[in-house]
Amino acid sequence: MWLFLVTEVMFFGGLILAYTLYRIWYPTAWALGSEELNIYLGGFNTIVLIGSSLTMALAVRSAQTGAQRATVGWLLFTMALGLTFLVVKFFEYREKFQTGHVPGPNFRFEGPESPHVQIFFSLYFALTGVHALHMVIGVGLMTVITIMAYRKRFSPEWYTPVELGGLYWHFVDIVWIFLFPLLYLVDRSHHIL
Amino acid sequence: MSGHISPKSTYLTIFGALMVCTILTVIAAFINLGDLNFPVALTIAVFKATLVVLFFMHVKYGSKLTKLIVGTAFFFLGILLTLTMSDYLSRGWFTSPRGSTAAGAITSLTSPIAAGARPLEETPRNNSPK
Repeated sequence: MWLFLVTEVMFFGGLILAYTLYRIWYPTAWALGSEELNIYLGGFNTIVLIGSSLTMALAVRSAQTGAQRATVGWLLFTMALGLTFLVVKFFEYREKFQTGHVPGPNFRFEGPESPHVQIFFSLYFALTGVHALHMVIGVGLMTVITIMAYRKRFSPEWYTPVELGGLYWHFVDIVWIFLFPLLYLVDRSHHIL
Repeated sequence: MSGHISPKSTYLTIFGALMVCTILTVIAAFINLGDLNFPVALTIAVFKATLVVLFFMHVKYGSKLTKLIVGTAFFFLGILLTLTMSDYLSRGWFTSPRGSTAAGAITSLTSPIAAGARPLEETPRNNSPK
């Protein structure tokens, strides 16, 4: 699992590298694009996701101590928080489609540096899209693990799926820890504009 | 497998620390720090990620092999970022008086005679023969 996460680090690392280069080239466009994102929804999702990491850690702990009912409970709680994140993300995306901030032929941005702002939104959708895909996969994995926990497959001697599912979930959380300041919090103090 | 079992209080403390850092990063974003805003945001994010890796992912109590693998990931990520940034960020450093960063221009800076360059005021902007 750790080796898989190493490859994931490189995958997101490459995308964030692209993000950093374009940010250095077009700082104004980055500030303008970031301004369009809803800081409250992003912040809310950050809290939700870090909270889901906490419940996941507690799920692993319950599995370690053999508290099987608690394991199922914490896993369901984690899934609920994960789904909350995705629902909020869905509304954010829908808002982007309505305002025409989706890169492509129909991209609309009233203001300067429109083509460069489009690059910002391309990276926004690439990064958050791939992250959301990881969340969907995570919820899928969690469903299987919850069913296994419900059937009392785990014991303090063997709870590997819970542990590995937890590692994956925490990794996805870490990605968001980076994405939130990188996408939502660019130059909110307006020193470029 | 019998991993390290952390007390619940550890997880709650880490969660609290992560929340505090999230608030800090939002506050920091609204303060004008000039060029420092980006590094500050990244530093806080790296700190938060470290907390998650060490405590939520149990790397602090993990085997040396686990630590090695985690270290490898960040080591290679470091190579990726450092080498790329050292290229892109240094591209403007060797700009010749004629405003070109082409290889010939760099040579003309270091050894003007070898590159066949004349002093700036005699050099026409367009070198193509008429």
